[in-house]
Amino acid sequence: MYQYNDFDTAFLATRNAQFRAQVERRLDGSLTEDEFKPLRLMNGVYLQLHAYMLRVAIPYGTLSADQMRVLADLAERWDKGYGHFTTRQNIQYNWPKLSDIPDMLDHLGTVGLHAIQTSGNTIRNVTADHFAGAAADEVLDPRPYAELLRQWSTDHPEFQFLPRKFKIAVTGSPNDRAVVRAHDIGLVAKIVDGKVGFEVIIGGGLGRTPMIGKTVRDFLPVEDLLPYCEAIVSVYNRLGRRDNKYKARIKITVHENGLDEMRDRIEARFAELRPLFDGIDQQMLEDIRAQFTLPAFRPSSSLPPLVDPALQAWIDTNTTAHKRDDHAIVTISIKTHGETPGDATAQQMRLMADIADKHAYGELRISHEQNVILPHVRRADLPAVYAALRNAGLGTANVGLASDIIACPGMDYCALATARSIPVAQQIAKRIDEMGIEHDIGALKIKISGCINACGHHHVGHIGILGLDRAGVENYQITLGGDGSETASIGERAGPGFAYDQVVPAIERLILAYLEHRADASETFLAAYRRLGAAPFKAALYPQEAANAA
Amino acid sequence: MSRRPFTPKVVTANLLVEGDVVYLSAADAWVPHLSQAEVFEDEAVAEARLLDAARQTEVVVGVYLADVTLGPDGPQPSHFREAFRASGPTNYPHGKAHEVA
Repeated sequence: MYQYNDFDTAFLATRNAQFRAQVERRLDGSLTEDEFKPLRLMNGVYLQLHAYMLRVAIPYGTLSADQMRVLADLAERWDKGYGHFTTRQNIQYNWPKLSDIPDMLDHLGTVGLHAIQTSGNTIRNVTADHFAGAAADEVLDPRPYAELLRQWSTDHPEFQFLPRKFKIAVTGSPNDRAVVRAHDIGLVAKIVDGKVGFEVIIGGGLGRTPMIGKTVRDFLPVEDLLPYCEAIVSVYNRLGRRDNKYKARIKITVHENGLDEMRDRIEARFAELRPLFDGIDQQMLEDIRAQFTLPAFRPSSSLPPLVDPALQAWIDTNTTAHKRDDHAIVTISIKTHGETPGDATAQQMRLMADIADKHAYGELRISHEQNVILPHVRRADLPAVYAALRNAGLGTANVGLASDIIACPGMDYCALATARSIPVAQQIAKRIDEMGIEHDIGALKIKISGCINACGHHHVGHIGILGLDRAGVENYQITLGGDGSETASIGERAGPGFAYDQVVPAIERLILAYLEHRADASETFLAAYRRLGAAPFKAALYPQEAANAA
Repeated sequence: MSRRPFTPKVVTANLLVEGDVVYLSAADAWVPHLSQAEVFEDEAVAEARLLDAARQTEVVVGVYLADVTLGPDGPQPSHFREAFRASGPTNYPHGKAHEVA
């Protein structure tokens, strides 16, 4: 893992001291709210419905056990005992007092964490494959490149006032777990003819106008990564619209100008910028890369035949193939049926840190699907890991299944929300659990957003749910067939929305229709939808309309 | 086109330090519960009180007028967003709706 050097530590201390002074000046009246708001947003502080919210960056989702313990400290000392892991691999605290936030930031600084650029029209936290450095299918560990991008983009003087926020995601696997095609820049690390480089995708995004990103360069040599990204953001900074915030993201810039025009401008700007990068960035990359070495793996015996069906189900569902046959990647579900997706208590965070120290070489990851990952676990340790997790309420075997639902905070917390997300997710998960068919359903991604901004990624859910305000009443639109993977697609709206108390029955009908129509148990919901089209699913969602048409 | 008739309103905001949802009372204090809020049925009075409240920038932030309906138990939120602001989140028992009176 990347360890902060003296420069990083000093930079963070200076920045935190600066923000502490800004908070003091706001509280003593020297700064107005209009003056203070952009300053607090640059430091991840929002004012939500019921309280302030502090969003802490977890760079490319990678955490040490000690960092996780500090996140637990924040939850316990300055919040209500829990934190919320987000769809951008961050963590949010929902209840801090403004006057406490400087102390929270200082405490984060002790382990090299911060909240810089987790808001505002800047380059946000760079995200990555949550199995980075561990997955069997990985070509390259994307984290060194994500860290280089983090250092380049942090406090970049040219990019603090972009037309809108700007999000970068990196993967090093052909199986896209980082939703790179729904980011402003998506990078797919690859090796071609022995050379390291990237496929560069631009103009993806969800929100009000969802778009799948377009490839602007098939192969970008690694030494050109920073100048090329700088060229992209520079062109966007000049061309991006500032007259309408709903048309200000780069996806609209690409759409309105065309990919060819964008490519020409980016390449021209790149030609200007390239000579200015004289190799320092590559020296930095080498230094960074040296810090992402694999742990000193301890060989593991294979597991004996298991007699505990719950353990077997958990291993089948919550583990993924590791680079080494004698290790596994463990995904800890933060989606216990009926609980708030992505929320972990301080005690649970400490337990996960302790397990990471004991069984996972001290490493953890946060996934954009709001779960926690132990990237390197000896296979022989899996029973002990499961037992420890289960005792803390973290042993739910549902990763990738119907109750592993992404949900944004929605109107329970978010000032932008138009409807609730969390209780819808809770009720769907509980109902699926009651029906006892979750493992029979198999892979199914349900994603819920509480407003059109789509923080819950509903557009790329196999089943997407969007909460809206229709004439003063919560109403939920359902989209079908979305996909955030390497075969990315935007879900199609199924039809009229559903009232709050009708969403769960509607989802139940959808799932039962899938079970009825699938070719066999190996055909996933998404595969069945792509084979059959929307008709049988719409008929299940709107039985009255289907009956009338018959 | 005729203007929509004025409907009853309260002045609401968040406390600057804590961020808590508060309402302006008839005694010109910021109170935590909607039931304690002063209700304005006259538009001019509501606007004047809003302006006064908005000047209290060292106490509150985000001051605005919120619609309410009048019932036997005092003002009630007209919109579900205000209902959630008044009672707290629905996923944990630590909002105002769960406070011990």
